[in-house]
Amino acid sequence: MMEGLDDGPDFLSEEDRGLRAVNVDLQSDAALQVDISDALSERDKVKFTVHTKSSLPNFKQNEFSVVRQHEEFIWLHDSFVENEDYAGYIIPPAPPRPDFDASREKLQKLGEGEGSMTKEEFTKMKQELEAEYLAIFKKTVAMHEVFLCRVAAHPILRKDLNFHVFLEYNQDLSVRGKNKKEKLEDFFKNMVKSADGVIVSGVKDVDDFFEHERTFLLEYHNRVKDASAKSDRMTRSHKSAADDYNRIGSSLYALGTQDSTDVCKFFLKVSELFDKTRKIEARVSADEDLKLSDLLKYYLRESQAAKDLLYRRSRSLVDYENANKALDKARAKNKDVLQAETSQQVCCQKFEKISESAKQELIDFKTRRVAAFRKNLVELAELELKHAKGNLQLLQSCLAVLNGDT
Amino acid sequence: MSAPVIFDRSRDEIEEEANGDVFDIEIGVSDPEKVGDGMNAYMAYRVTTKTSLSMFNKNEFSVKRRFSDFLGLHSKLATKYLHVGYIVPPAPEKSIVGMTKVKVGKEDSSSTEFVEKRRAALERYLQRTVKHPTLLQDPDLRQFLESSELPRAVNTQALSGAGILRMVNKAADAVNKMTIKMNESDAWFEEKQQQFENLDQQLRKLHASVEALVCHRKELSANTAAFAKSAAMLGNSEDHTALSRALSQLAEVEEKIDQLHQEQAFADFYVFSELLSDYIRLIAAVKGVFDHRMKCWQKWDDAQITLQKKREAEAKMMLANKPDKIQQAKNEIREWEAKVQQGERDFEQISKTIRKEVGRFEKERVKDFKTVIIKYLESLVQTQQQLIKYWEAFLPEAKAIA
Repeated sequence: MMEGLDDGPDFLSEEDRGLRAVNVDLQSDAALQVDISDALSERDKVKFTVHTKSSLPNFKQNEFSVVRQHEEFIWLHDSFVENEDYAGYIIPPAPPRPDFDASREKLQKLGEGEGSMTKEEFTKMKQELEAEYLAIFKKTVAMHEVFLCRVAAHPILRKDLNFHVFLEYNQDLSVRGKNKKEKLEDFFKNMVKSADGVIVSGVKDVDDFFEHERTFLLEYHNRVKDASAKSDRMTRSHKSAADDYNRIGSSLYALGTQDSTDVCKFFLKVSELFDKTRKIEARVSADEDLKLSDLLKYYLRESQAAKDLLYRRSRSLVDYENANKALDKARAKNKDVLQAETSQQVCCQKFEKISESAKQELIDFKTRRVAAFRKNLVELAELELKHAKGNLQLLQSCLAVLNGDT
Repeated sequence: MSAPVIFDRSRDEIEEEANGDVFDIEIGVSDPEKVGDGMNAYMAYRVTTKTSLSMFNKNEFSVKRRFSDFLGLHSKLATKYLHVGYIVPPAPEKSIVGMTKVKVGKEDSSSTEFVEKRRAALERYLQRTVKHPTLLQDPDLRQFLESSELPRAVNTQALSGAGILRMVNKAADAVNKMTIKMNESDAWFEEKQQQFENLDQQLRKLHASVEALVCHRKELSANTAAFAKSAAMLGNSEDHTALSRALSQLAEVEEKIDQLHQEQAFADFYVFSELLSDYIRLIAAVKGVFDHRMKCWQKWDDAQITLQKKREAEAKMMLANKPDKIQQAKNEIREWEAKVQQGERDFEQISKTIRKEVGRFEKERVKDFKTVIIKYLESLVQTQQQLIKYWEAFLPEAKAIA
């Protein structure tokens, strides 16, 4: 059964492309435009076609495409994080790994249980699961695209050499995923960072702006995390209820075809209603997922990236203060003074550079966040209204028929 | 041996007309009240009857009854009417767990729910029972509805709804184990039995799906409430004023929607799910009635076999020339001839009754399902209308984020 989906054709219709990158309100400009024009789902990986249009002289052509996989996006993201020059910027969060495991498992279970249900039920469920698979697929494409668009929109990051290689080099980048040792190193680095984070954030900031931002981000991040989890659970319950409508519709249909009294017409009509209303309920769940859950998940990642920026700034402040102390000591002992002076200057410059760009980044973050929430909340409300009205119409017309019958 | 099916047309027509009357009687079960303390406590329910039928002393009256009283009523009716082919509506199930919580005094939502579920079930039970033209005439039913004091029903353990069901099922098993296959002269009965078997299966399946829906809807309600709180917190920590306000509004909307889900789950259950479970138990009663008919036939058939044996015995006695034994044999033959005639009459009667009962049952079923389905759809309509109201109010708030 998986074969039908494996050598996938172009899953992305024209209209879908306009709807993507919804979580970020970006000024796209002619100098550099990036999007994911196509994607293919294979057995255990997804292949994204990254399409670039640029008038910049850095590229050999004005328009070109390459094929990239998830690991290569991660490589690019990590190269930004590890680059000291970018310490003062919010690094756009990496897209999450495409995860079709749950969906695949369900499709497999369906295949195994084929004998135990009616042909009609089986077809219904298969369609449902395929739609689910497609939805997950579209989401992962959107998330990878948002990452690239954020980089392309950033005045500094868009000039990054690795980014250009990523966009242009039409061979495999051969970025192996991190091996065990490297993953362990990462783990320890993160541990140290969070331990550090606790110590460092204890220091009250002289600068009001950053002090406020730190307090704000710490709380905001936790609340977004909670809201994201609860939104997820709500959306999934919605989907379960929609699935129940499916089974109820099938049962009513069976009752209707078997019944010899004139209530059979009733059953058949109501079965039809449940089938239709179920599709709407499933769409409600999917739209809530897209406009609410995904939005919150995205800002969970972004607020983490913003926190990371604050941490880097705090770290550089500590380094600066330590360099000052070292300089005083050196002057007192009158030993290695020049070395200490240079070191102190470097730290000072680094700190000031980070502070300056961080301020702007955090202001931009707020602007983006407000715009994204506005867009998504408006669209959420509009879609909820659309679906409720659709549902209402279905129900009322069904009632009209049934009441006319009695 | 096959039985001719005789219909007494004129008597039937008269009864039909009586059935055509609008049954002007309405029963309400309300005001559950805990009486007593500890393990001897029980719930007393008010049973109110409103009627214009002349057989009752007043037009409106009420009494207090406890659950075992209902079971007692049912057992009396079942004993009198089931074995002659009347479909006696089954009483609600006993529930040790549910009742213990109430007795012990747990004032939580699950025991309130339990009491409400039981109250509604008792009401539906009585409504169905009084709709039955024959049962309505029964003095025990009238006593139950009218008299202020009712003798305590004893032995309700064995005669609860489940108890009756067990009896019915045992009878069914006995019938299945019969080696003599009944020679069904009337295909109608076979057809109907098959139909009810199919209906039973389908209703069970539908009921399971609706129960799942109730469960998921309750989950959805809980998760929506949790999200609402979380969104409110998020709104509090958001430092952009307009967005903060919009998020608080979102939280309010979601809270209202949670209420909506709860109400809908209520309707899912009390309107739809309970109807289905009532009918599953009603069909068990119908099946029981069919099985009683088989038992009746068995009795008749046995009588015929015994009569044959007695005749053979008589013939033997005549050959052996034992005058006093011959007389005894002749007496026995007369006795069994009477039993055979009675058996045939009983069988014809039960067959006739069942035909009528099934006709009435099917009419009721059609009406019930139509009414309930429409009521249920109307609840769904209400939910959607409310949703539209809430989201229409929220939309301008979202657009106001600047």
